[in-house]
Amino acid sequence: MVTRTLTVANRAGIHARPAASIVKTANKFKSDFYLEKDTMKINGKSIMGIITLGATHQSTVTMVCEGPDEQELADAITALFENRFEE
Amino acid sequence: MSNFTVLDLLDLDLKEQNHLGLSCIAGRSGLSRAITTSKISRPGLPLSGFFEQFSAFAIQVFGRGEQAYVETLEREGNLASIEHFFDYELPCCIFSDGGTPSPTFIELSDARSTPLLVTALASSDFTRRLIQSLDEVFAPTETIHAVFVEVYGIGVLITGESGVGKSETALELVERGHRLISDDTVRLRCISDNYLIGMGQNPLLAHHMEIRGLGIINLASIYGVGSIRERKQVQLAVHLEPWDASKSYDRIGDEKLSDTYLGITVPKVIIPVKPGRNIPIIIETAARNERLKQMGYYSAKQFDQSVLRWLESEAVRHAYIEETEVP
Repeated sequence: MVTRTLTVANRAGIHARPAASIVKTANKFKSDFYLEKDTMKINGKSIMGIITLGATHQSTVTMVCEGPDEQELADAITALFENRFEE
Repeated sequence: MSNFTVLDLLDLDLKEQNHLGLSCIAGRSGLSRAITTSKISRPGLPLSGFFEQFSAFAIQVFGRGEQAYVETLEREGNLASIEHFFDYELPCCIFSDGGTPSPTFIELSDARSTPLLVTALASSDFTRRLIQSLDEVFAPTETIHAVFVEVYGIGVLITGESGVGKSETALELVERGHRLISDDTVRLRCISDNYLIGMGQNPLLAHHMEIRGLGIINLASIYGVGSIRERKQVQLAVHLEPWDASKSYDRIGDEKLSDTYLGITVPKVIIPVKPGRNIPIIIETAARNERLKQMGYYSAKQFDQSVLRWLESEAVRHAYIEETEVP
């Protein structure tokens, strides 16, 4: 299991487009993927779930990856957050 | 709930029959004080000077009796116990029955930053509503990945892996006249230890659905207000999973499966999914069957009893025929 804390760097926060790119990336991997914020824990492979997190600029989200390719998945998602979802 | 303050209490959006009718008249600087319990205190004893076992952490409700007592104390110039009362870090004081606090009491509330609220409701009615609302605020919650629909009046929670077809199933159910409560993330709340309520995570985003190939759609505007619901009791869990030929599924309907959420057991059915199986109809039937069960009629059990009765009568006839054939 890989757990990492990520910070939302883009100004607009995680809205529809960033959520879609997270889901698209996560779906390339077999591992289970969860995102946690405050008391919420959602399946990171679902767009509506990620949007309901309400992750605003500079807020932190905890990522939990579990499965055969967890390391690669965690790296891919971390890269997305670091690139500010190309925004 | 991380921190519920007096301000949140004033902001609670409650419908007519639950409305608290609260307004703040003094001690506004203390509105950020936290309310930590649904317990309510009627401060008659502390006001008379008895502070043992005083629930200072609870909301202080002044009914007619307490209000009259405060007035008497003030008239007599006996303010010591009232001042001592305010020494505690009280979440807030509430005057019910449309009572008006005296200027002295208002001054004290302002000086000690204790919010002073008033309501026109009678104290008995008010405390009932307040406890009910606070119970809901402090109820344990859990967010799960599922779709929640109401089918024939039964709250059906559809679970299953991503991509198994939960949202598509819900869409077909809505098309058939049932109601969507939430797609994808469902917030469960356990109320008074025996009642499980499911609702959307966020009222602003509720009733939107992601359908692969279409993107995000708004069900409330496509199907109208009759196709949605805000909250509902969870009464049945339906788990969708890809058809697994090696697994044996319930063929009779006498297996008693269940899921437990927040300590509450919900009956469950597992439905294997494969192309050509009409899942919405199966869920509709499961909901109807659940209603029958709630009325005390178990299809599988009744069927088995009929079979047993029939076998018995057949056996009797056989025995009779055999007996008569023997000369």
